[in-house]
Order: sequence, then structure tokens, then C-alpha cells
Amino acid sequence: MLYSLLTNHMLFSVMTGKAFFSVHSVAGWTLILFFIIFILLLITLYLYFSTAEIKALAADRKVEMDKRQLGEYISRLDKQQIDLYLENGKPSPSGKEPGETRLAFAPLLLGITPGSFWGETGVLIMLVLLLLPVLAGIVVVIFKVGNILRQEREKRRLTEAEQFREGLSTLSPEERKTLLIHRREALGYTLTHRELMGDILPGDEKGLLGNVTSHAALPVVPLKKRAVKRPPIDPALARLVLAYIGCATFWLVVGTTVGEYLGIKFVAPDADHVSWLSFGRLRPVHTNMVFWGWASLGMLGLGYYIVPRVGNTPLASLRKGWYSLWLINAAVLLGSLCLMGGINNAGGEYREYIWPVMALFAIALVITLINFLHTIGRRKPKEIYISNWYIVAAIIFGLVIVTVGYLPFWQDGLGETIVQGYYMHQAVGMWFMMFTLGIVYYFLPQQLNRPIYSYSLGILAFWTQILFYTVIGTHHFIFSSIPWWLQTFAIVGSVGMIIPVAAGTTNFILTFKGAWHKLSSSYTLPFFLVGVVFYFTGSMQGTAEAFRTTNLFWHFTDFTVAHSHLTMYGIISFFLWAGMYAVVPRLTGREPPQILVGTHFWMALIGLLFYTIPLMYGGTLKGLLWIAGKPFIDGVTLMEPYWLWRAIGGSLMWLSHLFFAYNLYKMTAATRIKQKNYGILPQP
Amino acid sequence: MEFFHNHKKLFRAVFLFFGGLTLLVAIMPALDNQKNFRPLPNAEPLSDAAMKGKMIFIANGCVACHTQQVRNVDMDKTWGARPSIAADYAADHRIDVWRNTATLMGTERTGPDLTNVGLRQPSAAWNLTHLYNPRILVKESVMPAYTWLFTTVSNPNSGDVVVNVPPQFRDDGGDGKVVATSQALQLLAYLQSLQQTKLPDGRPVPDFLFKKQDKPASGGSGKTTALDGAALYATNCQSCHQSNGEGLKGAFPPLKGSPVVLNDNPEIMVSIIMNGYSGRIKEGYGPMPAVGTNNNLSPEEITAIMNHEKTSWGNNGREVTPDEIKKLVDLIKLQGTTK
Repeated sequence: MLYSLLTNHMLFSVMTGKAFFSVHSVAGWTLILFFIIFILLLITLYLYFSTAEIKALAADRKVEMDKRQLGEYISRLDKQQIDLYLENGKPSPSGKEPGETRLAFAPLLLGITPGSFWGETGVLIMLVLLLLPVLAGIVVVIFKVGNILRQEREKRRLTEAEQFREGLSTLSPEERKTLLIHRREALGYTLTHRELMGDILPGDEKGLLGNVTSHAALPVVPLKKRAVKRPPIDPALARLVLAYIGCATFWLVVGTTVGEYLGIKFVAPDADHVSWLSFGRLRPVHTNMVFWGWASLGMLGLGYYIVPRVGNTPLASLRKGWYSLWLINAAVLLGSLCLMGGINNAGGEYREYIWPVMALFAIALVITLINFLHTIGRRKPKEIYISNWYIVAAIIFGLVIVTVGYLPFWQDGLGETIVQGYYMHQAVGMWFMMFTLGIVYYFLPQQLNRPIYSYSLGILAFWTQILFYTVIGTHHFIFSSIPWWLQTFAIVGSVGMIIPVAAGTTNFILTFKGAWHKLSSSYTLPFFLVGVVFYFTGSMQGTAEAFRTTNLFWHFTDFTVAHSHLTMYGIISFFLWAGMYAVVPRLTGREPPQILVGTHFWMALIGLLFYTIPLMYGGTLKGLLWIAGKPFIDGVTLMEPYWLWRAIGGSLMWLSHLFFAYNLYKMTAATRIKQKNYGILPQP
Repeated sequence: MEFFHNHKKLFRAVFLFFGGLTLLVAIMPALDNQKNFRPLPNAEPLSDAAMKGKMIFIANGCVACHTQQVRNVDMDKTWGARPSIAADYAADHRIDVWRNTATLMGTERTGPDLTNVGLRQPSAAWNLTHLYNPRILVKESVMPAYTWLFTTVSNPNSGDVVVNVPPQFRDDGGDGKVVATSQALQLLAYLQSLQQTKLPDGRPVPDFLFKKQDKPASGGSGKTTALDGAALYATNCQSCHQSNGEGLKGAFPPLKGSPVVLNDNPEIMVSIIMNGYSGRIKEGYGPMPAVGTNNNLSPEEITAIMNHEKTSWGNNGREVTPDEIKKLVDLIKLQGTTK
């Protein structure tokens, strides 16, 4: 991945101007040729080893077997084979590994590397055309050689068996009997497994032991604790939650694939010349897909688990849950197609879906809100747990935000800009952040198995978040022509955000207090910790960016892109993964492969750092360069290496999502046969 | 508290709190703004073609990289003669049933701000070639190539606008001529229409804030070392005449070895910079915009640019002083007002 990226970059620095996938692009054809040559190399190696083995087999040495050799063969036989021989006299020993010879295939094939024809498109095309029949021929050869090899191996085995049989027949019946029968008895020996413990069975009458593993393998990474069994969940609700998480994961993979491609386009702007895939159209596809597809569905899925659970009551309506899921999926799908087709709502960020599409999303929120309120109305405890405060409030806010953002009455002229500032920042802070905090207030105490440090801090954070966050939207338009007082108001609000963020972070960190040791033995807690750390740093970074002076060098640069990824990815996505890894094993009874959870975690974290740090650094330099009044294009040149780093970090993040998707698959879709046969056993 | 245990009361309070603040910081300021601001009296409404071009601009998400706002800070002076004001956006209304108002202010400047691009770079040839593939003219550019706004025609009609594309940038194999579609021309019309409206006389111009303090007063001492001619050239001239001074064959003339640049008398050169030039259209070179006037270049800045051009790429013309250029510029400005 990394290598091909670098190659692309090198090729493009030499050759710009042509579409990468265009028939006339040398770079494209060169890459295809590299790929073909790589496959040819693999084929050559296969043929080389196959023919070597055939040769070795063909050079058959007929050697009489002496007694020692016979002993060797006998030691390879199992009980059945000995029985078979004693009845019929026909053993079937296995073949031997081949020796080594040399064939000069590889240099011959490598010789066609078209170094001398580098720039000649026509020659490259011709070479590929010529290669096609050659490739077909090679496929035939592979099959033929494979056949010959199989036959030779079979022949060899038969000869060996024959020799072995002959060797055995030269022995006297007594010798044969001692050799074979002794071996047979030796093979038949088994332990009783009671040599040391006697006849009393062990028992655990108090049920103290849990998570007993009797098949310890050599661990590559330390073994983490498995999910603790929770009270049984209604399987129908489990299906709904899993469907939400599954759809979210689908949009995550698709949405970040688009994002990855956008990152590559900064390095290779001529990657394609297709209108539907052009940067300006794909950028909102990426942002909206990960917003409304991944993060929103993921949050709602976890919400559907949390809201009934903390109310200790079943969900009011499963059917409404499914309606919401379908509506949001439809919105994301239709919205993305519209954007790629050039239909958008005129450019406000995260407001690019036209209103009929966004209406689907809003209806889904209405349905969910009613559903959750009914569920909470039927709750068993008197108190409304803080998670539900955050979650229901987030849905109410989400609805208000979408309504205000899409109603036309106050959007003429700069009204649009004021609403845009409000909309985009409220969507981030009052919908995503608020909802996610609700998720954390449920799952973090649960995973640490200790109560939240302070309920009051949570409530303080709740009200101050509403007070301060609501007013900060316009800090995206500092120094623009919107009213000066409104800009100042937004800056003051941004500073006020210190209160809810510090309260929230303190609360989470102090909940960890005394339980830090659990971090190393859990595969969900690291995700929570990263989320908490970024919650503090990412949010405070937002405050720092809001000042007038910092706006001078950070506004309009890639610093903002880094910030949005630190927050939407570092906070929201990490918390969502934490929640998903916590809840899915409880719903399905299956654990993800722990090593792959670790892979996902580290790739996502390192990828995020590779992505954001160069962009922040480069963005700052670019801002300073603008202040110094240098030509604009100097800023573009300056960013080149940082954009490459971004593409590399983005690739790591993207790969980590594939691992996550696979983990989710392992947690949910383990084979049905297994379920049928070993239904009572937990799967590893 | 009993209040917190009643979900109806709790969530109603939450809604009202948020709704109230929303009214205060979003809806009321927005309503106030659209009530109190009207377009400048001398602002020209978009032509039909430019309006269609704006739709193409929107459809292709150009706002992702191009802002249209000159902030009232000194560093934004490059993008316009004055900071943008609310009246500049007051003519923007909802596009249609499906789409919202498009002020297109943007939040990121991966590419240049376009508030004043119609004045800064009005050349049709430049813009069309740049749209076909920006790297033809600016090799460091990361802007997408909009080749789908162009077609290939073997025998262009008299009305077709042929775009000069070097063969290595052609996506179509290179047979025939590259012709701009009506969409490309509409987008061009929109870009050309993007010009800051001058404030009616007598109104104070909003000030640029955060001015650079360290600039020494150069006055008329004749020293131009404070100004970087290469950087000024890159900002104002390079996109057409290229960094190597060779221009682009069939579109923008070379400055390397140019008799105008090497002439010891700077009169013609200053006149071209201040007034533009369209004397070589027959040779295939597009008209040059009045860069000096459009970009508000000072005589010192023009001197720095001229000296850079006169001494780079093997040119060895006589260097000029700010004093003589100032005289010429003043004379040209005088002629402009008396005409």
C-alpha cells in the first residue's frame, strides 16, 4: 500500500497532466505492467519449484531397503495402517520432499521490463497486448505442470509402497511380527488421565471460576479479559442493534475509502478525470457519509442498546427502530448519489444533501425520539440515568439543528452564513458529541466495573455544554462580514467550552482512578482512553483556534482539516468503537480476535497521528507564509510533503477500518453450522 | 430534584434552553442581517450565462477549496481592494425549491480566493486552459482537471472557442481541436463576473486590521531591495508568463528576450502593465489585463517586478528606479482620468 503510494507519487511528479486511468496515461500503464510482472514472477517461482520436484521424482533411485530403513517406515505407520497390512499386506507411506535444481526462467521473464520504452505509451500498450496470449499460455502451462507433478508424486508413492512391501516380505514371520505388533501396541498406549488425581472429580460449587481456558496457546500478545456475561438481551433487540452497527460499519468502510481517495488526489491530482469522482464532488460525499452514515448510525445503534437498558425496560417499539435505520440508510445512499451527480444544497459544509434527502434523516430522528421518549416513560427506576439525558437531548438538538439549517426563511444573503456557522458546529457538538458522551457515561463505568466518579460533574457538563456550545458556531467566520459582536460572542463561547470539557474529562479520568490496571487487560478500555484524551485535547484545540490572532495563521489552512479529524475521528469514532467492542460480544456471545482488535486500535491511532500532525505543522507554516505575503502557490508547494504524509496516515486509518469490519464479522457472523453443532459452547 | 426525575419536564427544559439560544445566536441575527442589508447600488447582477456558471461552480463543489470572502485583515489584501461587507452578499437569495442560498464564502483556501478573480485574471484563454488542466499553466497546482467541460472537434465551427492544450495534457488522443462546451463558457462567464463592487464615493472603506508594523518607509530613495520582485512576479504575472519567463506557446507571449522588456525606455512596458495590451491577438496571444491597475500595484512594486523581468532568464535590460516609474505611472493615471 505504502509502496504503491510512493510509486504513484514518484510517477506523478515526473508525469502530470494525464488521467491516471486514462488509456493514454503512461503512469497508469506502467503500474499495470509492474503488477503483471509481479504476477509473472510468482508464476515463475511456482513453475521453478514444481519442475524441480518433477525432475527429482523422475530421477528415481531404486534402493533396497535395509532393516533400519524399514524401522523408519514402520515408525511412520499408524495403527490403522498396521492393521491394514496385517490383514492385506498393503501399506501406504507418504512421499518425500523434492531436492533442488535450477531453471533460468526468472531472468528471462524479468528481461522484458520495458525500461528503454519508458515514455512510449504505444509501446507499453503493445507489450500488454502481446503479454495477453503469453499469459494465457502460462496459465495452461501451470495446469499441465501441476498435473504432471501430481502424477509423479503418486507414482513415487506407489513405488515406495511397493519397495516397503517387498522389504517387509523379506523378513521372517517372527521378525515381522515383533516389529509390527510391538509398534502397534506402542501406538495403542494411552494415559488414563487419572494417574495423578485419583477418582474424585473437581467441582466449583460456589461458581467462583469464570472464563476458564483449558487450551492455552503460546500468546503473541498478552491475553485480554473476555466480555463478562450480562443479563440476557431480547434477541430481536440484539438484531436491531447489530443491524445499526453493521450498516454504520459499511458506511465507515465506504466513506473512508472515498476519503482515502481524496487524500491521494492531493498527491496525484490527475488520478482521474471523471466528473462524478472529481474532488469537489467527492469531498462532501466523504464528510456526509462518515457523519450521517457511520457516526450517526453507530451512535443510534448503541443508543438503542443503552436507552432500554438503563431504564430497565424493553424498547417501546422495535419496528420504529427498523424504520429509522432504513430511512437513514436511504438518506446516505441517495445523498451520496446526488452529490456525485452534481446536485447539492449550494455549498454549506455538512449541509450539502438537498432537503428532500435530509428530510429522510430528520424523519428518522423524529421516529427515534418518540421511541426513546416512550421507552424512558416506561422506565423502572425513578431517576433518568445521565446517559439518557445526553442521548435524548442530542436527538432533540439534532432535530432543531436540521430544521433551522434547512428552513429557508432566514437564509438570504449573510443570513445563510450565520445559519451555516450555527448548523455545522451544532451538528458536531450538539448532535455527535452530546450523543457520544451519553454512550461514554454508560459504557465507561460498565467496562471499568465501577460507578461514574461524579454524577454532578456530568450534570454540570451537560448544562454548560448547552450554554456555551450553542453560541460558538460563528467562530468559523471570524473576520468575515458577519456582525462583529456575533464573532466576539462565538469566541467567548469557545473559551467557555473549557468548563464542560474539563468537567467531562475530569469525570472520566477520575472514574479510571484506581482501575488503571484494568487498561492492560481489556481490549475496549484503550479505545475509551484515547477517546477521553482526544476529547480534552481536540476540544481545547478548538478553543485555541477560535481566537482572532490564531485565526490569522490557522484559518483556511489544512489545520482545520486536522482538527476535524482529531475530533470526529479521535473522539467520536474511538468512543464508538469502544462501545461497539463492548456491546457486540454481549449480544452475540462471540469475541473478536483479540490480536486484530489490537491491530485495529494501533493502526487507527498511529494513522490518525500521521494524518493530523503533519497537517497541523504544514498548515501553520502555510498560514505564516500567507501572513508574510508570499505568493499563494508557495503555500501549495510547501504542503506537498505534508499532503503525502496525510495520504500515508489516511491509508493506515483506512486499513484499520477493514480490520474493524472483519472483527465485527467475526463477532457476528460466525458460521451457522458451528452454532448448530456446538450451540452451547462459546466460540473463541 | 423532582424536576430531573420527570422526563417530560426535563427534556422540555432542555429543548427550550437550546431553542432560546438558537433564536438568539442564529435565527435573530440572520433575520436582522437579511432585513438590514441591500446590494450596493452600483453592483451588477449576474448575467444569465454567469448565473448558469454559478450553478456549475456549485454542482462541482468548487467551494470546498475556494473561498469568496476578503477578510478585514491585512494578509487578505491580495484578494481584494477592500474587505468584503454584508452588502456584497445581499443579492444572494435561495436558488430554487431544491437548493439553498449560495454565498459561497467557504471555509478553506486550498486554492486562491475568488472574490475578485474576474478582475485579477479575466483572460478567457487563461481560464479555459486552466480549467482543462490547471497543471498546463501552474505545474504545482493540485486543482482537478475539468476535461469533461470540453469536447474534441475535428473541424471547429466559427463560433467554437478553441482551447490551446499542449499534446501531453490531452486526454483524447490528440486528434482534432479541444473546444469549450457551453458549460465551460458559462463557468468562465461566472469567474469573469467575480469582481468587487466599488463602494459609492464618500463612504469610508472598512479598514484592514493587523497591518504589518515592520515595513520601513522606503519613500523615494530609489532603493527597491525591500521588495521581492520574484515573489511579486509569482503573485501577479507567473500564472501566464510562467516561472521560466517563456510564456505558453500560442497563448501567452514570452518575456525572455522580449524587446519590450529589454527596451531601455520603460514607457511601453509600464503602459502595458497599467493599461493591459491586446496588440498581439492576431499572433494567437490573448489580451493582457491591466494587472497593475487591477491589483493596485504601487510604483515600487511595479519597479521590483520590472527589474525582476529585466534581469532574469538571461535577460540583461537596464534596471529602472522607482522614481522614473512613479512619474510614468502618474502620467498614465492622469491620462486615464482626462479621457
